[in-house]
Amino acid sequence: MSDKKTGHRPQLKERENQSKFERSVHSNNAGNTRNQTKDKKLRAGLRKIDDQYKKAISSAAATDYLLPESNGYLEPENELEKTFKVQQSEIKSSVDVTTANKALDLSLKEFGPYSINYAKNGTHLLITGRKGHVASMDWRKGQLRAELFLNETCHSATYLQNEQYFAVAQKKYTFIYDHEGTELHRLKQHIDARHLEFLPYHYLLATAGETGWLKYHDVSTGQLISELRTKAGPTTAMTQNPWNAVMHLGHSNGTVSLWSPSMPEPLVKLLSARGPVNSIAIDRSGYYMVTTGADRSMKIWDIRNFKQLHSIENLPTPGTNVSISDTGLLALSRGPHVTLWKDALKLSKDSKPCFGSMGGDPHRNTPYMSHLFAGNKVENLGFVPFEDLLGVGHRTGVTNLIVPGAGEANYDALELNPFETKKQRQEQEVRSLLNKLPADTITLDPHSIGSVDKRSSAVRLNAKDLAQVTMDSNNKVKTNSDIPDVKPDVKGKNSGLRSFLRKKTQNVIDERKLRVQKQLHKEKNIRKRNHQIKEGVISEDHKDVIEEALSRFA
Amino acid sequence: MKIKTIRRSADDYVPVKSTQESQMPRNLNPELHPFERAREYTKALNATKLERMFAKPFVGQLGYGHRDGVYAIAKNYGSLNKLATGSADGVIKYWNMSTREEFVSFKAHYGLITGLCVTQPRFHDKKPDLKNQNFMLSCSDDKTVKLWSINVDDFSNKSSSDNDSVTNEEGLVRTFDGESAFQGIDSHRENSTFATGGAKIHLWDVNRLKPVSNLSWGADNITSVKFNQSETDILASTGSDNSIVLYDLRTNSPTQKIVQTMRTNAICWNPMEAFNFVTANEDHNAYYYDMRNLSRSLNVFKDHVSAVMDVDFSPTGDEIVTGSYDKSIRIYKTNHGHSREIYHTKRMQHVFQVKYSMDAKYIISGSDDGNVRLWRSKAWERSNVKTTREKNKLEYDEKLKERFRHMPEIKRISRHRHVPQVIKKAQEIKNIELNSIKRREANERRTRKDMPFISERKKQIVGTVHKYDDSGRDRKRRKEDDNRDVREE
Repeated sequence: MSDKKTGHRPQLKERENQSKFERSVHSNNAGNTRNQTKDKKLRAGLRKIDDQYKKAISSAAATDYLLPESNGYLEPENELEKTFKVQQSEIKSSVDVTTANKALDLSLKEFGPYSINYAKNGTHLLITGRKGHVASMDWRKGQLRAELFLNETCHSATYLQNEQYFAVAQKKYTFIYDHEGTELHRLKQHIDARHLEFLPYHYLLATAGETGWLKYHDVSTGQLISELRTKAGPTTAMTQNPWNAVMHLGHSNGTVSLWSPSMPEPLVKLLSARGPVNSIAIDRSGYYMVTTGADRSMKIWDIRNFKQLHSIENLPTPGTNVSISDTGLLALSRGPHVTLWKDALKLSKDSKPCFGSMGGDPHRNTPYMSHLFAGNKVENLGFVPFEDLLGVGHRTGVTNLIVPGAGEANYDALELNPFETKKQRQEQEVRSLLNKLPADTITLDPHSIGSVDKRSSAVRLNAKDLAQVTMDSNNKVKTNSDIPDVKPDVKGKNSGLRSFLRKKTQNVIDERKLRVQKQLHKEKNIRKRNHQIKEGVISEDHKDVIEEALSRFA
Repeated sequence: MKIKTIRRSADDYVPVKSTQESQMPRNLNPELHPFERAREYTKALNATKLERMFAKPFVGQLGYGHRDGVYAIAKNYGSLNKLATGSADGVIKYWNMSTREEFVSFKAHYGLITGLCVTQPRFHDKKPDLKNQNFMLSCSDDKTVKLWSINVDDFSNKSSSDNDSVTNEEGLVRTFDGESAFQGIDSHRENSTFATGGAKIHLWDVNRLKPVSNLSWGADNITSVKFNQSETDILASTGSDNSIVLYDLRTNSPTQKIVQTMRTNAICWNPMEAFNFVTANEDHNAYYYDMRNLSRSLNVFKDHVSAVMDVDFSPTGDEIVTGSYDKSIRIYKTNHGHSREIYHTKRMQHVFQVKYSMDAKYIISGSDDGNVRLWRSKAWERSNVKTTREKNKLEYDEKLKERFRHMPEIKRISRHRHVPQVIKKAQEIKNIELNSIKRREANERRTRKDMPFISERKKQIVGTVHKYDDSGRDRKRRKEDDNRDVREE
């Protein structure tokens, strides 16, 4: 390419925050293909796309200056001050009233222990008491939306696409309730669920629990999308990767397995603990995973290349829950303790989480904050979206801890809006339903769609093979021989189809049963016609005009 | 200890009054937008489906059409909504496209109307009293050319009830008599000359009753003439000897002649790139030529299964529309060899005329069945006034569709068209024929290594009168060949 030509192209200023907006490296090798190709027009087209991309990145980076809010912080003013020594009461007294008011503390002694779930935009809180108390509330306004006393064990609950619906994993089945607490569905396929996760962009409810099955249920159509057998006994922990919607399951043998609904086998299996995995957390960029196990270990993984960054083997007591905030704060609970670290998700040795300062060594990642629920036990924890708060569900209720610098200060109102109005919520729901992603697109690399498959053409299925595969599956449906044939000559009572129908359970209607019923109807009609011909009511070549015209709609 | 937490006051974000817009802060950090690509793909897929759902290309017909086939349509370059059509029974109608009713109809000729054109404002520059008046020229089999005055104000007092009195002769300004039947007419953009085809190609001045000059080159019939609208002295004609001839009126002489294997039915200059033109050929294709080098075509537009009867450029210069004897209309992008759209109806017969409207949004077609049909050039587009949000959405959708157009699902949906069975069958037969020719050629090439390879863009060209230098590479090769010859000698 001549210099003269490049001279005409817009020279964009490189911005320092640009890397945040750039596409990850492994999918960005357009430059190489551009240099490789000999096709002049293609090269020009690729150059144009490259320029557009650069311009888009640069202008996106430029909008960073326009963000209205800034993140919170907790900083020592001198070397003697330690941030982890700051008590919640001190923080409460030094922050403004509105923030202090958000440090909710619900004392619910009767139905505990409680677990919590915040809606995706942080407006609503769903609490689940083990003994059957479920409540959905607008926690900022202090309004109770629904309260249920279910009189059976409730293990976990989660909001679905918005705060209008929530699912509760109860003693045997999983139920879906609406915002008033009316029971809408009993998901009888989801038996003994202990963990619930909702994938908001795919509209999938994923459940796992005692049975060792991972089940995906599409809540917009009501179809069970897939059932995956983990073959690893009861699932002890579950979480979703918010970046690529892959499910991470922790098992009692210490492995963490990664699942997508379209694959019967786990995508990846990691050995992360020597005992059962207690909890898993993944940061929002999908880069890091933190696990904690019953063997008193906490491990930090880089899940781009599945390498362990840090391993803390000897926690004083086993960690029960981990969570990662939007800004990358790591929270760990063990018994009554909640400990938070900053900058723990980094490769450098200095960032390995430690408990004490060990004589003031500056190169140690001492806790950012800590809190003790004296005489209590933490059940689960979760950061409140877009707030500097950490929600903790414990034996005697629910508490919000103020954690300065935990939340994303600038939300995107077109994505998740903590201040959304009713109208906006309704429109958002419709829009998200229109843009619902198919379940089988869940892969480890979410950007694989729309990019070129660079495997050699020998490995890929070519068009002919692909056509063969689809044709085979189509033919399979057509020539399905799992039900008896239509035999109009046989007496009605003795029809093979009828006896087949008798064998099937009466109240189960599945695809095969519908097919049998259709065939039976057809058989009946033919038999009737044959009878009429025999009686002489109609002639051999009689054609019912109306029947024929309407038959196309059958 | 310095402590700060996020403080979002609800007053800043929640509208106070119901009429107030709520604050919609944005944050473009990609971490807040997971599945960006997958969601855009889904949006693109939905947009493509919606495009197909909204694809209703046929707007309607103009009035009740003609009583005989429509073989001439002339667009008014100065007006968006006016159009003249001429039919085989000698009637010319001048239409208002916005109301789809006719302004006036003339019983113009005693034979088939073979050519029609609406003159440009400068046509009568020399006569100040005729300035800003509209004129129309028509020519016919009956050896006459007639000049009509078509000022809309003159017809406004007439009620539409006397439409049937087609013997209207009021608008007639002048009659030019020729020696033989005329075929094709076009007027100069800048002055008062016009050209007619027929047995000879004649140049006329509107103020003289006899032709000013005869530009004929060779003996054959000229079937159509077309002035270039940008380089206004350039004229192109097509002849029944399968030729296309280019003339330059400044030297009053033809400049180049190209002969093809089959006849050219119509020609249209690119309004944006004045040196390019497209031709509608009898061999089912349309060809895109550069007048500076006619040794090859720039592009070949395939897909029709019968002779292409007419072709017209979109005023934007990036799309063409063709009408064919196979009773269909197709739209092509100039940089793509296959059509992006096919229009047909059950009742439309052989299409003899297609024209773009001057705003590139509509297509007018005239066919054997006498109807003048109005189509959308983008079948899914609607011309109603749109809100800014609607406009933004449509633009965003367009971009998405373009970005993901190669994805198999999107490609399949956006390419799917209902094609009449006759055309489908003809395509199949044509494919078999073409494949057998190709196979035969490949077989021949296997035994004859020196068999020249003729590119698809040159195949239709029999020859040009003035030869062109080949491209640099060819020249170099020829020089090497010469050198080798010398050495061998």
